Amino acid sequence: MQSFTISRPGTLDAATAATAAPDTAFIAGGTDLLQLMKQEVARPTRLVDLDGLLPDAVEVLPDGVRIGALALMANVAAHPEVQRNYRAVSEALLSAASPQIRNMGTIGGNLLQRTRCNYFRDPGFAACNKREPGSGCAAIRGENRLLGVLGTSRACIATHPSDLPVALAALDASLELRGPNGARRTVALADFYRLPGDTPHIETALQPGEVIVAVLVPASAGARRSCYVKLRDRASFEFALVSCAAAVDLQRATIREARLALGGVAPKPWRLPQVEAALQGRPADAGTFADAAMHASEGAQPASQNGFKVKLIQRAVLRALETTAAA
Amino acid sequence: MAAQSLTRRGILGGTAAGLAAAPLIGRTAPSAQESPSPAPGPVRTPEMQDIVLQVNGRRIQLTVEPRTSLLDALREQAGLTGTKKGCDRGSCGACTVHIDGRRVVSCLTLAVRCQGRAVTTIEGLAVGEELHPVQAAILHHDAFQCGYCTPGQIMSAAALIEEGHAGSPDEIREWMSGNICRCGAYPNIVAAIQDASVQG
Repeated sequence: MQSFTISRPGTLDAATAATAAPDTAFIAGGTDLLQLMKQEVARPTRLVDLDGLLPDAVEVLPDGVRIGALALMANVAAHPEVQRNYRAVSEALLSAASPQIRNMGTIGGNLLQRTRCNYFRDPGFAACNKREPGSGCAAIRGENRLLGVLGTSRACIATHPSDLPVALAALDASLELRGPNGARRTVALADFYRLPGDTPHIETALQPGEVIVAVLVPASAGARRSCYVKLRDRASFEFALVSCAAAVDLQRATIREARLALGGVAPKPWRLPQVEAALQGRPADAGTFADAAMHASEGAQPASQNGFKVKLIQRAVLRALETTAAA
Repeated sequence: MAAQSLTRRGILGGTAAGLAAAPLIGRTAPSAQESPSPAPGPVRTPEMQDIVLQVNGRRIQLTVEPRTSLLDALREQAGLTGTKKGCDRGSCGACTVHIDGRRVVSCLTLAVRCQGRAVTTIEGLAVGEELHPVQAAILHHDAFQCGYCTPGQIMSAAALIEEGHAGSPDEIREWMSGNICRCGAYPNIVAAIQDASVQG
């Protein structure tokens, strides 16, 4: 890891002002940033410590929860209100990383985790448009079994690795952001992540010096009946091959509304409007679920080694629907 | 007797403790004056910062670069080599310690961000000569082969029991997923944790 300085500004204003200097990065939990720095994928010369400058609690509001950006993954997963009424959020967090990492990683940082594409993570490979814009993509013709099948581009087939945003996408969460001049804005999670197109190095709507302050998750009947299903190469401490968050609002045995999102298959949490449409107003039974799940991989464009994800997506969706119906 | 002070680190490092066993291989023991001096600290650079940690109940003052991990600070400056460096990327758990009572991986923790925090390492788990129940159970169940991952396994398991996650073998396996054992001693590790959770 190359040398750097670290500052601990007393205020958020001072922290965001400090990031105007070149090669500066915020550090929160540090679990991803320090890996990237050790591998020299990220080479900041200045770190600005956010510790103590952003909220770290779960606030229970009349119409939802507000989760501070510096809340630890483990604390949010174990929060009674989150466990009770936002089950997919708790399950997604508990399926992520390891107990040690969940004691360190923050909610804001988890939303900004960089892709686990090995070509991105290894500067020994020259070609990675995300790491070095314009350098090409080694993954498209390389080892791409773990990579994306939806929303990818000719420039990048990397996936977003985090579990939490998949659950947040299904629960229609939004993010509270704060810019360098103190300007606040709220962005729907659905609009926060960018598709790669020709500029895969631009991943989110965050502007320079802007930080995530909190995540707002609205309460809903669907959120109360939600789940997160994660399929992976080993039982635990592994990234998703395919994951699915589902939030289903049932009235008796009829689906009033269903919201679903996929992880592990796209550059951003991937909502499934066509599946949701196939569920709305239908009886919550095996036939409806099977029909709807067939739509889940529409538009998939697998690479040479990840064609198996097309079928696995449908099965993850089916499992998630069955799980919510049984809850 | 000499074997009492015979340690692997002593032999590898050539310290007095290791050399005390020298008669076993036909050499004479050194005098006290020949004990090597502590390893010199790193050369001071402008970025370096002075920090104070509470390590195993003792106040330790260190001068570290911002990039120094807690793991490296513990091993190379505080001389606490029980915490192991495996992957150095947060993937193996060998470097698990407790900060303010919670288990974390010290390889992804910057030492400068631990100012004033209470750090517990494997060296601080026993109370005097009395082993922590997890340490005793790991020995009793022969729950290791090479032993390199063992300090991290023990630190993680001690926290797991405190967290209340030792309810079943499946639950233990899930909540120990951050600690990899390349020798594959998992069955005995799980048995030891179950055992320790009942005793603790």
